This record gives sequence, structure tokens and C-alpha cells, in this order.
Amino acid sequence: MNIVSGGIIFDIKRFSVHDGPGIRTTIFFKGCPLSCWWCHNPESQSMNPELMLWPDRCIGCETCIKVCPNKAVSLIDNMIVTNRKKCVACGVCADNCPASAREIVGRRVSVEELLRDIEKDVTFYDESGGGVTISGGEPFLQWEFLENLLKECREREIHTAVDTTGYVDSDVILRVSDVIELFLYDLKLMDDSKHKYYTGVSNGLILKNLKLLDSAGKRIFARFPLIPGINDDEDNIRKTAEFVSGLSSVEEIDVLPYHKGGEQKAKRIGKRYLYNGEQPTDEVVERVVNLLQGYGLKVKIGG
Amino acid sequence: MNERVRKLREQSVNTEPYVSAERAILITDFYQSEEAKGLSAPMLRARAFKYIMENKEICINDGELIVGERGPAPKATPTYPELCCHSLEDLEILDKRERTPFRVSEEVKKVYKEKIIPFWKGRSMRDMLFNAMPEEWRKAFDAGVFTEFMEQRAPGHAILDDKIYHKGFLDFKKDIAEARRNLDFFNDPLAYDKDQELQAMDVAADALIRFAERHAEKARELAEREQDPVRKQELLQIAEICSWVPAHPPRTFWEALQMYWFVHLGFVTEYNPWDSFNPGRLDQHLYPFYRRDVEEGRLTKEKAKELLELFWIKFNNQPAPPKVGITEEQSATYQDFALINVGGVKKDGSDAVNELSYLILDVVEEMRLIQPSACVQLSKKNPDRFLKRAIRVVKAGFGQPSIFNTDVIIQEFLRTGKSIEDARLGGPSGCVTISAFGKESCTLTGYMNWVKIFELVLNNGVDPLTGEVVGIQMGDPRDFKTFEELMDAYKRQLKYFVDVKIKGNNIIERLYAQHLPAPYMSILFDDCIKKGEDYHAGGPRYRTTYIQGVGIGSLTDSMAAVKYHVFDKKTLSMEELLDAMKNNFEGKEELRQILVNKTPKYGNDDDYADSIATELFNAYFDVLDGRPNTKGGKYRVNLLPTTVHIYFGKVVGAMPNGRKAHQPLSDGISPTQGADVNGPTAVIKSVAKIDHARTGGTLLNQKFIPQVLETEEGIEKLAHLVRTYFRFDGHHIQFNVVTADTLREAQRKPEEYKDLIVRVAGYSDYFCDIGRDLQEEIIARTEQEGF
Repeated sequence: MNIVSGGIIFDIKRFSVHDGPGIRTTIFFKGCPLSCWWCHNPESQSMNPELMLWPDRCIGCETCIKVCPNKAVSLIDNMIVTNRKKCVACGVCADNCPASAREIVGRRVSVEELLRDIEKDVTFYDESGGGVTISGGEPFLQWEFLENLLKECREREIHTAVDTTGYVDSDVILRVSDVIELFLYDLKLMDDSKHKYYTGVSNGLILKNLKLLDSAGKRIFARFPLIPGINDDEDNIRKTAEFVSGLSSVEEIDVLPYHKGGEQKAKRIGKRYLYNGEQPTDEVVERVVNLLQGYGLKVKIGG
Repeated sequence: MNERVRKLREQSVNTEPYVSAERAILITDFYQSEEAKGLSAPMLRARAFKYIMENKEICINDGELIVGERGPAPKATPTYPELCCHSLEDLEILDKRERTPFRVSEEVKKVYKEKIIPFWKGRSMRDMLFNAMPEEWRKAFDAGVFTEFMEQRAPGHAILDDKIYHKGFLDFKKDIAEARRNLDFFNDPLAYDKDQELQAMDVAADALIRFAERHAEKARELAEREQDPVRKQELLQIAEICSWVPAHPPRTFWEALQMYWFVHLGFVTEYNPWDSFNPGRLDQHLYPFYRRDVEEGRLTKEKAKELLELFWIKFNNQPAPPKVGITEEQSATYQDFALINVGGVKKDGSDAVNELSYLILDVVEEMRLIQPSACVQLSKKNPDRFLKRAIRVVKAGFGQPSIFNTDVIIQEFLRTGKSIEDARLGGPSGCVTISAFGKESCTLTGYMNWVKIFELVLNNGVDPLTGEVVGIQMGDPRDFKTFEELMDAYKRQLKYFVDVKIKGNNIIERLYAQHLPAPYMSILFDDCIKKGEDYHAGGPRYRTTYIQGVGIGSLTDSMAAVKYHVFDKKTLSMEELLDAMKNNFEGKEELRQILVNKTPKYGNDDDYADSIATELFNAYFDVLDGRPNTKGGKYRVNLLPTTVHIYFGKVVGAMPNGRKAHQPLSDGISPTQGADVNGPTAVIKSVAKIDHARTGGTLLNQKFIPQVLETEEGIEKLAHLVRTYFRFDGHHIQFNVVTADTLREAQRKPEEYKDLIVRVAGYSDYFCDIGRDLQEEIIARTEQEGF
């Protein structure tokens, strides 16, 4: 994180109802140290702006070809083709595309700008016990920005939640936790070698940080993305459940069944998507929920 | 539901509506008789009413406990030739049309040809009305600038309070007699008129009592022949009840329902008023009977539910009277808009939700009928579990109940001078418009097409569809230097058409007052008896006239597009824009896409667009609110469309928001279909920037995917959304819980989706019955989801 006063985000969703209590506004920070095969926000991984394409919106006007300063767009066999090697995501084509078939994901924003957006739904938060959730990506990658933003939210009595991978420097997560009222903490895989294989990083730090936050008495919802064929085996579920039962501050575990949204988005930003499974059947979800409940855990499907 | 209810419900749902000539014949007979000669208008109407009630066929259906039909049988739909005399061609259309058909038999056509048409042609209100309209009115009407409610149906929107549960018609007769005794023929120059009106009310009261007694006679007759001892007993009980109500006030829950139903039938027989008639705050009216009956062992919850369900079926048996022409276009449905209210507050302002409020919601959910409509009134004082119960019914996915904000409704009433008690006891009716129940004549007179008015501004008063000069000519918009100049021109054009419409209304209101007074209706509305004045002539305590504004979403987006691209960014000239519109964006798809995608839009909590919406609302309010009507009351503003946004869309060419020619307009105060992309909280913020407290009703449609409501938490969050909208003083919100995929599938396989009911505007209807245009419009509405 280099610029303290600003951060890079890729989306703001209002009426967010799966990322913590009540009606919330979720801010999606861009950049993530993990590269999960099933990532449902592939556009969150890189910290740089990226070009997202919506071919079904394209009306074939070829404006993009005309305006691209890097000649990254051309007509090949009557198809508009974007050479992503030449594209620097400058956004000129997106600004000029009449049909919004080209968009830049990722923009730099200030704390003040975000606060303006967050404040828009403050009455909804008040009514519903909601607030703001910072998700990503990994919000702690921009921890100073995160801290500044959430401090301001707390001063405005807006409830704060952060959805994290937990793959964060321990000192940092503890320090910023002062302005975080709820952690949505991902537990993807208990087996470390598998964790490394499927996410690119070890889960050692993740588990350690969760314990630290737990000891610090932070309010935590554990989140378990259910990915068929990767983490839905009984062994992993049991180990997850055992780990969570050993903690005292985790109030519930949310099972998040895989869905195909991420695959679509990966295609739109020209990224390879590694997971090729299907979303879990109701039976699989039920089996997992039952297993977790067997450990006396409060389980919810979805956030 | 039990077997009895199931059977009767099925009969009601499966019977096709058809035209019955019974009423037309009876009223013609009476008007042609010696008896009719030399009567004053109110006496003529009262005696005609009595003649119908004494001679129409009495219908008691197998197994039913609440009796009485408007026609000779369920779905046999009467006509009102004194208001609108259908031509033979009309009858053909009714019989053959795809949407809302009414079967017309050869006998009906024959009697129309030989008897009804020869007598009423040129004499009906419709004929009188069109003959009386000035030229500028006709031009605007033909161009689709506004519609006219009174050309086929009588003023309605009348809702009952609790008076019939305390007083029988013999008591009303006493009140009438007293009012006649109090007339001062020496000092009141109108005493004779008042006496005629009061005498007419007295005749009408007798008519209803006699009508009920005829049901008692019929029930006894049926009982005599009945083999089944249980049914025999029921018929005898029905006979006893019909001999008691409506002459006397009801004593039991069952009698209360039957009392209302007779009153209702009188109402829809005297005229074909808009929005039929409705009991209003049903849970409040019935609760004392319910509690007493249960305490005294006469009634169980199950029996009460059965009676309510049978009561529901009675409404569904009465389709809206057959409409034709533009009246049909603006309200293309069998639904007759009786809107039953539950919840809200009591006269003293306390929480009114009771056990019956919940029981009625159970009935709504179980019956799944398009009629009657049901709504909940939600006050901040009502418990959350009441709201959540309502949302669980909404979740069942047929658009009922709609949800109204009692607290802002009270503000709306107080602003327009109602007493606090009358305000608390009032509520919405029809789609969304409020009235002081039992005390107000609240007349919706037609829709005003805001977008057409803007189109006329952009074309210097000329209707581009016909080349005719329809509006005032304020110059070529290419010469406008600023957005303010354009907005100002719109406001002047708007004022012109509101003036034209009011001029027409002033004539029409007097035509009704002079030719078609409503003595029966007048018995039921305070203070008609006390004042000796008719419902149509100023009798009710409060008298409000509405012209309903339509198209705020489409017009805001169109104006925002002009402001943004032409005046602010100057990337587009007015010339270029108007040319593209003229050619319906042929060859200008790039431009159209920019207008659609790169322009601030209403419904996104973006002040750039929303401030235009607010200005448009204020402009409408300023030209209309507070102007006098002919009844000593005032004009007020409301914003709703029924199905007119389809018709109004058809008469408007391409618009600067990228909408192509003849496509639907936005509905109610909802954003343009698909233009709202920031989720439901942004929609709510946007639409709440309009000052709802200065309206008599606004309509907001929201479509949610069913997944949002799958969990208890989802239901809670929707409840929070509603509560927050109401904190912002939103008037009304309603939901479709269905996906576009389901609706597309229903279009492909209508036979499999016969029962699919969707929310249209202030009402629900069978998706397969509403016609392709409206289907497409509903599909195009933004699908809200939870993120």
C-alpha cells in the first residue's frame, strides 16, 4: 500500500444482504494475495485496473477500434478483438463505448468519496441494524486505507464488517481490528498442501490470525465456500468444524455454495479460470450443513 | 380451504365472464314506463333502482353462505346503457377480443338491437359527455394527452366506513326522515331540491331492504325443496339473516358480512362506479363481531375463515363491467379494484392490528384470487410480525398484499384539511389513492400523459404522429438556449392541458350531478343525508378530484438526456437529437445507446436526474393542487398508471432517453424499466425525493427474484426495506416475486401457467390474460436481488 489517502476498489454494492447483519453497503477492494481456483471475483485479484468486456451488449459500431490509443482493438474476421497484451486498461474505449460493452474495473477513490456513497443508505442501516462491509479481494492489502475508512465509519456510528481471507500480517490485522466490529473470515481448506495448491498460499497464517482475533474477543462469522471436489469431503468438513468449535468468538459458520458467476467474470477480463466444477446440489449442501451442525455450530447457508 | 370453498372458488375462477342484458332491459323498461314520467332526476334514479332491485333475478348458488349476485349468476355481467350504451359493434368486440373478453349471446345482441340501442342512443351519458366537450379537449383526448374516466363509468373510488355495522337501512330511513323534517322551506331556496334528493334516498333504502327480503324468500323456497338436512338448515339460516340485514344492523359476524354484501350489490347496481365498492378497513369493522361470536360460542376461527373465503369469492364473481375503447386500454382487466385494508391505526391513533388482520392475510394467501385486492396499512405502531406475515404472503408470488404507509397517509389527509379521526380511519382504495372512508367523494378523472406533453413541446405543439396542432406553440426547441427554457416550455404546455382537462371535468361533473344523481350511494356517505345533497353534487364531507400523472420515470430520463448531452456537455445538438427521434433512431443506434447507457437516470439515487423528477412533480403539483372542483372541493395530485402506461406509450414517438416509438412508459413513480441499476435502496432514495405527503397516492413497483425471500433473514431484510421507505414518507410499495425466466416460460407455455398471477400496477392479474405489451413491460422491469 503506497498511497495512504486513496485506495483502489472495483465495486460498490448497495442492498447487500449476505455480508453481515442487516442491509449493508459492500465496498469491494481490489487486489488479493490468494488466487483461488474458484474465485468468485476474479477481477479482484490484481490491484491494477482491468478491462472487462460485455460482448452481448456490443452493437458493432467499432468506436473502440477508432479510439484505442494503443491500437489494441482490431477487426478480425468481422469480430472485434482486443489484444490484451497491448491493452493498458487506460479506459478510453470504455468511456467512448456507447453500449457500455467495455468497462474498466478498478478505480482509485478517496475515503471522502466512499463515505459519501456509504452515507447514502445510512437510514437503511439504522432501520435494519446494517452497515458497511469491506470485501474484496483482500481488504487488508490496503490496510492503511481500510483503517482510515473504517475509523471514519465508526465515528459516524456506522457498523463495520470486513470480509477477509485472513492472509494478513498478524500485527496489521490486530491493529485494524479496533475499528472492525465484525469479521467475516474465510476458511477454505484445512489441509495445508491442498490450500497451497488451490489458493496459492499456506493456511498457517490464516489459522493463526483467526485464533488471535478469537483470543482478542473479536466478533467473527466464519465463512466456508463450498467447492465440490475441492473442499466438500468429510475429512475437511470435520476438521473445519473441529477448528471452529475450538474457538469462542466465532458466532456462526456461513456455508457459501459455489456458483458460476466467477467463471463468467474471468472470461470478461480475459483471465484463465481453473475450476471447472458445478455448483453443489442441494443434497451436498445439506450434508455439509448437517455435518457442521453435528459439532453444535450455528450454520447458515449464504451470508 | 374446505370442500365447500374449493368448489365455489373453482366455479368462480373457471366461469367465463359474459354480458347479461338483465339490467339493461329493466332500466329501459322503467325509463319507458308511465311511472318514469315527470320525476325529478334523483327520484327517477331512485325509482329505477328500486325497479331493478324488485325485478332482477335472485341467485343463491349451491353451497354458499353469503348470498347475492350483481347479475343473474356468477360472472354474468350487467351493462349500464344510461352511462355507456354499447353498439352492436362494441358487443362484437367484447365477444371476440383476446384480452378481457365477455361472451355475448345472440339473444343479448338481439335485445340490444331492438330495444336498448334505439332507446339509449344519443341519450347515454357517454353521448352527452362527448357532445359537450370543447374542441381543444377532443383534440387532446384523441392525441392521447389524457384519458377520461367518466365516459363509460360513473365516479367511484368510494369506500365504506363502519356505519353499516351500527345502523340498518331502517335507521338510515329515520335519519332521512329527520333531515326532511329539518328542511326550512321558508329560508332555504334549495329546500325543494333537497327534499327530492332525500325522498329519493328513502326510496333507495326501501329498494335494498326489499332486495334482501327477496333473497330470504328464495332461500326459504330452496330450503323447502332441499333434501340434505344440513343444507336445509343453512338455507333457513340464510333466510333469517336476509330478513334481518340490511334493514337492521348486523348482530353476528356472518350477518355483518352479508350486510356488507347487500350494500355492495346496491352500489354496483345503481351505477358501474370505478373501483366497484369496498368495505375498507375490514379487520376493524368485523373484529367486534368476531370477538363476541367467539366468546359466546357462536363462531370458531375456522368458521370465520370459511365465511371470509366465501365472501372473497363473491367479489371474484363480479368482473369489472365491460369496457371498450380507450377506457379499456387504460384499465384492461377484469379486476374491479375493491381493495380490502387490514392493519393501520384506530380512531385514537393506537395500533389497529388484531387477530382478524392475520386471519384475513391467511385468506388472501389461500384464495389466490385476483379479486378482491388486499393491502396492509403499515404504521410505525404496527408490530414487525404483521409486516413479516404480509411479506410471507407476498412471497407466495402473486403480488398481494400491497403495502401502504399509514403514517404518511395521515399526513396527506391532514394537509388537505381532514380531521385527525377521519384521517386515521381512512386509507387507500383502488390502486393507491386515499380517501376518508365513508365521508369522501374522491374522483379519479383521467390520466395525464406527461411524456406526450413533452413530445408536443419538442414539436412546437404539433403531434408528430398526426401532424395536427394539439398543444400551444411556443417556438422551435432548436432555438432554446438553456435547459431552463425547455423546462419552462414544458410547464406552460402542461398548464395548458391541465386547464383543458379541468374545463372538461367541470362540465362532466355537472352532467353527472344534473342527470345521474346517486341517491342510493348518497345514503352511505356522510354528510349527504344531513345536507340533503347528492354524492355527485357536493353531499360528502370531503370532495376531491384527481387527474393522475403518468410517466415521471420516462420523462425525467428524457429531460435528463437533453440536459446532459445537449446543454451541459454539448456533445449533441438539439437538431441531431430531434432528427434521430423523428426517424425512431433508425441508423442512429450509437446515439441511442449513448442516451440509454451514458446518461444519468432516475432511480439511481443520483441527484442529477432525481432533481428533475422533483421539479416535474412540483410542476404538476403547482398547476393542479388546490384548484376548485364543481362540488365545493379541490383538485389533488396522485401518480399511478393502472395499464395506461402501455396505451400512453403507444401514442408517443421516440424519446430522448433512447426509448423507441410506441414502447411503454414507466409506471407509477417507478423508474424506467431497466434504468435503475443501483439496487432497491437507490430506487427508494430516488422516489422518496418526491414529497409524497403532498399527494393523494403514489405507486412504486419493485420486482424481486424469489431467492431474496427464500430465508427468514431475507424476509426480515425486505421488511427493513419497506420500513425504511416508509421512514422516508413513501406512500406505497408492491412487489412481484418472480424471475423474468419464469415469465418468459409462461409466454411460451401459457397452458401450464394459467394460474400465474403478477402484480401489474395497483392490482394483480393473470399473467396470461394481460396481453403481450404488458407482459413485455413487466419482464423489462429491473429484477432486484440481494447482493
